[in-house]
Amino acid sequence: MTEPFEFEFFVRGLIAATMVGGLAGMMGVYIVLRRMSYIGHGLSHAIFGGAVVSFIMSINFYVGASIWGFLSAVLIQWTSRRRSISSDAAIGIITTASFALGIALISRTQTFTRSFEAALFGNILGVTGSDLVAIALVTGAVLIAVIVGYKYLLFATFDTEVAASYGVPVRWVDTAFALVLAGTVVVSMQVLGVTMIAAALVVPPIVARQFTGSFTRLMVLSPLIGASAGAIGIYLSWFIDVSSGASVVLVASGFFVVSIVYASARDRLLAARGRAGVA
Amino acid sequence: MLHKSPHPDLHEPPLVQIRDLAAGYHGTRVIENVSLDIMRNDFAALLGPSGSGKTTVLRAIVGAADVYAGDVLFRGEPVRKARPRIGYVPQLEAIDWNFPVTVEQVVLMGATRNAPLFPWFRRKDRLRAGQVLERLGLDGLANRQIRELSGGQQQRVFLGRALVSEPEILLLDEPTAGVDIKTRDDVLHLLDELNHQGIAILMSTHEINAVAAHLPRVICMNGRILADGTPREVLTPAVLKATYGAEMPVTEYRGMTLVAETPHQFGAAASSVSGNGHVHGESGHVHDDIVIEIPADD
Repeated sequence: MTEPFEFEFFVRGLIAATMVGGLAGMMGVYIVLRRMSYIGHGLSHAIFGGAVVSFIMSINFYVGASIWGFLSAVLIQWTSRRRSISSDAAIGIITTASFALGIALISRTQTFTRSFEAALFGNILGVTGSDLVAIALVTGAVLIAVIVGYKYLLFATFDTEVAASYGVPVRWVDTAFALVLAGTVVVSMQVLGVTMIAAALVVPPIVARQFTGSFTRLMVLSPLIGASAGAIGIYLSWFIDVSSGASVVLVASGFFVVSIVYASARDRLLAARGRAGVA
Repeated sequence: MLHKSPHPDLHEPPLVQIRDLAAGYHGTRVIENVSLDIMRNDFAALLGPSGSGKTTVLRAIVGAADVYAGDVLFRGEPVRKARPRIGYVPQLEAIDWNFPVTVEQVVLMGATRNAPLFPWFRRKDRLRAGQVLERLGLDGLANRQIRELSGGQQQRVFLGRALVSEPEILLLDEPTAGVDIKTRDDVLHLLDELNHQGIAILMSTHEINAVAAHLPRVICMNGRILADGTPREVLTPAVLKATYGAEMPVTEYRGMTLVAETPHQFGAAASSVSGNGHVHGESGHVHDDIVIEIPADD
């Protein structure tokens, strides 16, 4: 059972997945409450295009992909403010175009197909010490942003249109949110893969929501669920020999099934108690 | 009828001045040529059919509508510069009731600008929120999720959020929509009490007899201001026909203006209507006589 811990790359992958799971769980609360579940999926695809461009232009992956992701997120927000284009359509257009650009560039440059397979599906073998530092820095930055911007983020998420009239700088909050979201997706790519990030963002807050109706508790519970899914998923991936991203998301999905069963049973029990009380 | 607005001071400059305003959303003008003064102690209702621009007027004051022409001034300064203390209460139907926030968290949101550089709500803000909740009769519900409350309690929560911001003016978008008669009465009396404590109130409503007729000032509109004054001055058949496009006889009962609403006539082809809806508002300003052209297919 302890065999994988003898390998340094596994320990690095485990730490990375735990941090990324917690980070995605934290950001996911805002994403779900803002009804932007699709943006994680879209942004990860957009950043894939940015990653390819960074590689070709010999720019540091984290710098290039983060700038690309941030610009994509801001562009999505800007486009969806137009009455004629809904936010899901804006996400679909911008991110798919970016993803297609990445694929087109890969098609023309056959040399790095393998590493981009890892970017698509996640691979802990590729997690380096620098990746761990980058993940830790982004996690720390997001944690600070969430704590310092607590009241602004909460108001802008709950009641965007009214928040501005109470002194919340909504556009700045949205821009800062786009920045930290882009950072989250960029550092999650290596561990989870482009195709799995959306689930890592959305599933933990949905699971946590089945257990609590308090925003504060949600902000604690969701990262814990995400981090647990990350750690357990990576650990299991060693034994079942599947990609790390898929393993993490399958564990998170397992949590989701358990939470739904629990919530259904609880609701039935409460309804039965209510009927007994009436009788 | 509620008490008249306290001591309107005609020598004092208006709290809010709207001058020749054209506003709307995404390039579509909802209101045109709207000019309106809200005084420090005003308690006024915006009355008009759906789509007449009541909400747009409120949203233009808080800077949430697109302004295409004209000005909105707060104490003589453009509203965006003035950073006024406005307590805005939106329509409850716009709220996400499944959002995991408690009553106290919603009320505290109103204190956001009290200490803009402080990341969290201060002890002082929490005490103030507690006082407001107590005043609104919600003190036992502070930790309840907002979905668990009745319609009247939910309305008071959002009023509480506005009050915590220590506003000079309250803007309420249909605060009595969808609540029972008792709750509506409670809300109106609470607003009256706040008005007597020096808070100006401007609210939109669809309820002519139950709400508008009880307030000291009524503003009828349909894309632009049609009449502005006391209920007795404004709620006339001519103004109501111009506002709603239907015959609505008016009578008086124990000093109260009562409007017989005749919805079966709504949508009937209206022809060119002339109505002398001009009134002398309590604040002293006079509107020109109104001559309204209502297209037959409108």
